[in-house]
Parts: sequence; structure tokens; C-alpha cells
Amino acid sequence: MIQTLDGIRRDLSLLADMVEPGARVLDIGCGDGTLLAYLRDRKGVDARGMELSMDGVRDCVAQGLSVVQGDADSDLKDYPDQAFDLVILSQTLQATRAPDKVLGQLARIGQSAIVSFPNFGHWRAILHLALRGRMPVTPTIPLEWYETPNIHFCTIRDFLALVDRLGLSIVDAAILDAQGQRLKLDAHGCLANLIGAQAIFRLARNG
Amino acid sequence: MSLEPALSTSPASATRAVPGQWVEFGSDKLLRLDCGAVLTPFTIAYRTYGTLAPDRRNAILVCHALTGDQFVAETHPVTGKPGWWEDMVGPGRIIDTDRFFVICCNVLGGCMGSTGPRATNPATGKPWGLDFPVTTIPDMVRAQAMLIDHLGIERLFAVIGGSMGAMQVLEWAARYPNRVFAACPIAGASRHTAQNIAFHEVGRQAVMADPDWQGGHYYATGAVPERGLAVARMAAHVTYLSEAALHRKFGRELQDRQGLSFGFEADFQVESYLRHQGRAFVQRFDANSYLYLTRAMDYFDLERDHGKPLAEVFRDTPVRFCVVSFSGDWLFPTTESRRITHALNAAGANVSFVEIQSDKGHDAFLLDEPEFFRVLQGFLAGAEIAWAAEGATATAGGDA
Repeated sequence: MIQTLDGIRRDLSLLADMVEPGARVLDIGCGDGTLLAYLRDRKGVDARGMELSMDGVRDCVAQGLSVVQGDADSDLKDYPDQAFDLVILSQTLQATRAPDKVLGQLARIGQSAIVSFPNFGHWRAILHLALRGRMPVTPTIPLEWYETPNIHFCTIRDFLALVDRLGLSIVDAAILDAQGQRLKLDAHGCLANLIGAQAIFRLARNG
Repeated sequence: MSLEPALSTSPASATRAVPGQWVEFGSDKLLRLDCGAVLTPFTIAYRTYGTLAPDRRNAILVCHALTGDQFVAETHPVTGKPGWWEDMVGPGRIIDTDRFFVICCNVLGGCMGSTGPRATNPATGKPWGLDFPVTTIPDMVRAQAMLIDHLGIERLFAVIGGSMGAMQVLEWAARYPNRVFAACPIAGASRHTAQNIAFHEVGRQAVMADPDWQGGHYYATGAVPERGLAVARMAAHVTYLSEAALHRKFGRELQDRQGLSFGFEADFQVESYLRHQGRAFVQRFDANSYLYLTRAMDYFDLERDHGKPLAEVFRDTPVRFCVVSFSGDWLFPTTESRRITHALNAAGANVSFVEIQSDKGHDAFLLDEPEFFRVLQGFLAGAEIAWAAEGATATAGGDA
């Protein structure tokens, strides 16, 4: 079921599967535009993006994508309520200064949101910390603590607790291994938190 | 200071010699100006490049900056220099005249053939001088819209311009959202800042302090306020550059001498360069036009002009935007472009925003900046696909 024919990362391909064709989509932290271009070309979405790095923005605009230079922490407030059918935060949540506020903004500006992140509760990370006494460096957490832009790591359970506290609900979930292969696990279970290297959640507001 | 003596080509004779196209709007095509006056008749001088497609959907309007003109992609008839955006506009260029029909007109109030203070006041038979009504950026754009009507074009594929040109682009998108598919304001702002008004005032005062200015009625006297206009240009030119660019180009190098003169000659290369810029400018530009056009920029304030916050001005606009700024531009800094972008986001607009890394100052938009070219090319390519998809379903007209 995993499509990697287009050279797109497996986690992005899985995430793309959750996107409705033709939707109005904002990808926050869209990087070089790989996912956005894929969604535009394969799903016919109205693709918009926000990216912090100017290099990324230039790459996106040069591909004909509509992307603004901006910061998820400070610039989402400009968008009106429910401006998008879907807001995507792919592998970016852990790099924000205030993940709770960013998630709140996602829920405000999007009818629904898709969030993916590396799971800090993964056994490899736990073992790394427990046995070596050092901050984990794993396939999904590849950088040393002093050079990582990821300042707010969380586990899948941490994320679920925050989602609950913000009054959001999980509509869809996918637990992935380090290679982006989907694991058939209940996202709320202990096993997902332990052997899931990354997770993708689709969120909606309660009620 | 000493400026080299005068110029062989007087500005007045330059106008009459201007080649290219022009259209005169007669009494059936009045232009109501923001100041309350009605201008009639008036002329808009323009140049077009490329061929208008049978469906008239390949037109791009390029808006020039303060001291630019319609000669965007060809040798300038007065200076003999290349067109001001020849790197960008031409066959096979980013704005490809093999495919697009490119229009560039001299703005209202200008001095390269469009009606401005140097034109003849029909009431007196003499040049307008300061009796010419003060014109605004929206006035310029209204006149451009009349030109576009005249050319039989209902919707422009794109409107593109830098600096004062960016102001016109924003006004186009705000005033005629259904006549513009894509808008690219480059190195611009939604209103002129206090600092920029201040610089313009310095320039105007330099012109008006020149005895040859004669209250603006110098045309018949044979004297032209060249010294004042040259000083205005010198001061303004510094604001178009950057400390880094000036240092790189000139440093403290001396001009044609081994040591300091202990006088007020142009000891330094940078002085000599500025004096040259001043001299060259007065050959092609009318001092009164300089007053009027700088005033138009000062008055520009989209929020005030439209009587609502910026985001409301563009609420639900169908226009696709690509906002571009340059990191080394301190005259129209990135903060101004970001302000526009924030408002466009709030308005739900389709917008891209890029800050190009460059230390060349405000003038970077006129220079060969590969990243900038790449961005504009990508934006136009993306817009073209959407424009083609819209195709036959396009709805036309709908002037606000």
C-alpha cells in the first residue's frame, strides 16, 4: 500500500493518502515543496505553503507553488478562521517554540489538520537515553542535541494528551517505523508509543 | 559644488523626439483625478513588445519606477543605453516577448511623452508647470486602465513592477481585481514611509532652491534647474544603493589623482560617480515631473485611499500575488513587503512572498539577480498553468 514511485518519502506518501482531492491545503513548514507539489500534481489540491527558510521558499516559488516566508509560531495568526480545508504540519511541530499554541492555530484556520512528528518515546530513543546516558540520535531523530532545530520533542502519548487538552479529536492515525512503513497498531496503545518511530494524526475539533 | 556644464539635449526637445506609440484621450474620455480636477485631453505614451494573442489573454503590464519610462526592453532613445529591464523583458527572457504581449507606458505626470507638467495646458497654450494638477498613483493606474481598454484587453495576465511600479501593481490589484490575474509587486510598499517622504522632500527642496526653477515656469526661459535636479538625483541615488555596494564599488578610492586636493573637487570616486549620475539624469528627466512623481509616491497609502485596513482592501481577491523584497533594500525594506503579505494572508489571497538575499540595495530589482529571476520565472510558470486552466471560463470586466 505504500507508494514511493514518485520518489516521495513514505511518510509523506502516507500523509498524502489522508488528503481529500481538490482540498484547499496549507502546508506549514513545507520545506522545498516536495509534499505540496505532490499534492498539487496528484490530488489537484489548492496548495499553499509557509516555510521559515528562504532557500525553501525560493525552491517552492520557483516550482510555481504559492508559498510565503513565515514562522509557524508567529505568522499563523494572520490567517482567518477556517481559511483552509486542511492544514498540514509535517515533521515541524517539534521545531516550534509553542507547539500547543501552534496546534490551536491549526485547529482555528483549518477545518481539519494533519500533524506528523517523530516519536521520542520510541524504544531506540529510550534505550539511547537509558543505557548511554546521552540524548538520542536515531534514524528519525538524526541530529545531536546542540545542532537540532527540534526543541520540543514529544512522545505519541504526550501528543495525544495535548490533543485532548486542546479539545481536539483524532479522526485518523498512522503509526510508522523508521523507514516510513505503516505499522498495524492502535495509536492509543503502549506498543505504538514504544515501537512507532513516527506518527501521523488527522485532527478535528470536537463537536 | 561644480557640475559639468550643460547638456546638449534639453529635456523639452527630448519629449518631442520620443518614438514609440501614444494615445490621446479626448473629451469623451475624461480622467477624474484624486485631487478633484478633471484632466482632458491627455496623452499616454507607451511601448508594446510581442504580439497580442487572438484571445487577448497574453498581456503583461510592466509598471516603471520613479525615474523609469516606457523603454523597458529596447535602447533608450535619449540616453542610448539599454532598456531599464532588458535582462528581464525580451525574446526568451523571463517575461518572454515571444509569448507575451508586454505593455509599458510612461506614467501620468511623467516626461517621456505622457501628459505631465511639461505638456501644454490647453487653457493657456503654454506648458502646465506647477499648474498641472497633482496626480497620484491611483490616477496613474486609472490612466493605464484606459490604455488597456484602448488596446482592447479585458484582463491582464500579469501586472509587474518594482518600487513605484510595485505601488501601481498593488493599486491595480486593489482597484481592478477582476482585470488582473497575477500581480507581482517587487521591492514595494503599501504606503510610503516617513523616511521615504523625507528623502523625497530633500530632493524637491533641492530642485526648488535652484534659481533656474523659477517657480516651476522655466520652460519658456531657456534655463532649466539642472543643478537642483542633479542634487536631488544624487541624494536619491544613494538611497537606491547600500553601504556594502558603495564600499565594494568605490571604497575610499580617489578619482584621477594621487592625493587629496584639500578642496572641494571630486576627490573620491564615489563623488565623481554621483556627479555623473546627476548630470546624466538631468539630460533625460524634467524637474517638475520629478516633483510630481515623488509627490505621487508620498501620497500613496492603500489603506487611506481605499478607506479600510489592508486585509479588507484585498478581502477574497481572486488575484494571485508574488511579493518580492531584497534583504539589502533599506528604502523599501522587507518589513514593508511582509506587511503586505500578512494582509494578503489575512484576506485569504493566493500569495507567495520571497526575500531575495542581496546586498545591492533597492536597485537590486533592476540588476541581474539570478535568484530573483528564478523566483519570478517560477511564479509566472505556475500562474500561467492556472490561467490556462481557467481558460474559456474567464469572466471579464468588473471594474471596481
